[in-house]
Amino acid sequence: MEQYRLHVNGTAHDVADAWLGESLLYVLRERLGLVGAKGACEEGECGSCSVLVDGKLVCSCLVLAASAVDQPVVTVEGLAEPGAPTDVQRAFVTAGAVQCGFCTPGLVMAAHALLERNPAPTDTEIREELSGNICRCTGYGRLIEAVEQVAVERRRA
Amino acid sequence: MGLIAPLSLDDAVAALGDHPDALVLAGGTDLMVAVNGSHRRLTGDETVVAVGRVAELRGWEHDPVAATVRIGAGVTYAELAAPPLAELLPALAQAARTVGSPQIRNAATIGGNLATCSPAGDGLPVLSALDAVVELRGPGGVRSVPVGEFMTGVKRTDRRPGELITAVTLPLLDGWQGYAKVGVRNAMVIAIASACLAVDTPARAVRLALGSVAPTILRASAAEAFAAGAVDWAAATVPPAERDRFAALAAAAARPIDDHRSSAAYRRRAVEVLAGRLLRRAFPER
Repeated sequence: MEQYRLHVNGTAHDVADAWLGESLLYVLRERLGLVGAKGACEEGECGSCSVLVDGKLVCSCLVLAASAVDQPVVTVEGLAEPGAPTDVQRAFVTAGAVQCGFCTPGLVMAAHALLERNPAPTDTEIREELSGNICRCTGYGRLIEAVEQVAVERRRA
Repeated sequence: MGLIAPLSLDDAVAALGDHPDALVLAGGTDLMVAVNGSHRRLTGDETVVAVGRVAELRGWEHDPVAATVRIGAGVTYAELAAPPLAELLPALAQAARTVGSPQIRNAATIGGNLATCSPAGDGLPVLSALDAVVELRGPGGVRSVPVGEFMTGVKRTDRRPGELITAVTLPLLDGWQGYAKVGVRNAMVIAIASACLAVDTPARAVRLALGSVAPTILRASAAEAFAAGAVDWAAATVPPAERDRFAALAAAAARPIDDHRSSAAYRRRAVEVLAGRLLRRAFPER
């Protein structure tokens, strides 16, 4: 049994009696009660479990939880206070980029990571940067509009 | 038993020396897929050596005198796809950009690509075409192996128990180089066929490595020898008929199989198209 401490959204969490093979996604959801990151493919194909580890966007299903000690983890719960959504989250709502909502947390994480790296992405760059997040509802058009909208708003601000 | 997460190369090598059968965890994009899918159980009786925070594996050095770049095994595809490494090694950057998604490229490493040694590994045709040298460290010391000898079969390598892949050294060639791949879409796709072509202009040589069409990466030696004579080196051109012959020789070198991803016949044709396309990019028509 493994014992370790994770740093998630600025808070230290002690994990005890865990199996060695548990992924970060599993530990976040099942042990820490942070269910924003979603589990679907569990092989890095769908992006619904996207989080930041040490500032990098990764699939939490492919991170061995016990190896993520001493590295800050940010999940969708850590992006904003309840009731005060981020500009990306607001844009997703206004653009109609949310339908069933399952992929949304992962896409919000990916959109934030994209805009951090590239404040003025082209349509092609947005498509390439979001290519690791699968959405079966929207057809992606409104997702891309939402990201473009945030990029424009941030430049105005 | 359990997880060992060394912070230095010495500690990583010592841990593997103590546990020669340990699983090495780098970016996790292969190992964790197997763990999640229960193809590889991790119940706690196994030892995992996580090398992700070994600083010595995360860096790279350009040696302008030797005209080489030595890339630490822990360098990620995201780092390979971006400047300055992308400017030094454009074919490797092109291959890196076709790997998975941003999430995968942020985690997956060149060392992991070598260790897994899938016939479809996107970095491997580039390492093969450039005649890269793999560096390993183990209880017996440091060992360098040409990448063509390192890759021994489908997911089989020359890595010995207790050894860690520490780096790969690539020569900087004077000449065009590029990577091309066929898959079902432009992201998150495992190669159905892939190819890397690298020109060494001072040596008047063209090198061509093929992926996903044999148990491991192939060099198309007959096509390479033909190209050396077919290229008009002074004009930097290749007549179209000679280019077709080069592509046919590349296809003839392939030893593809039928599987769930593609038929052998399609793979052979794909390699022919990729080889011809890369040669045309290297020597454009005027």
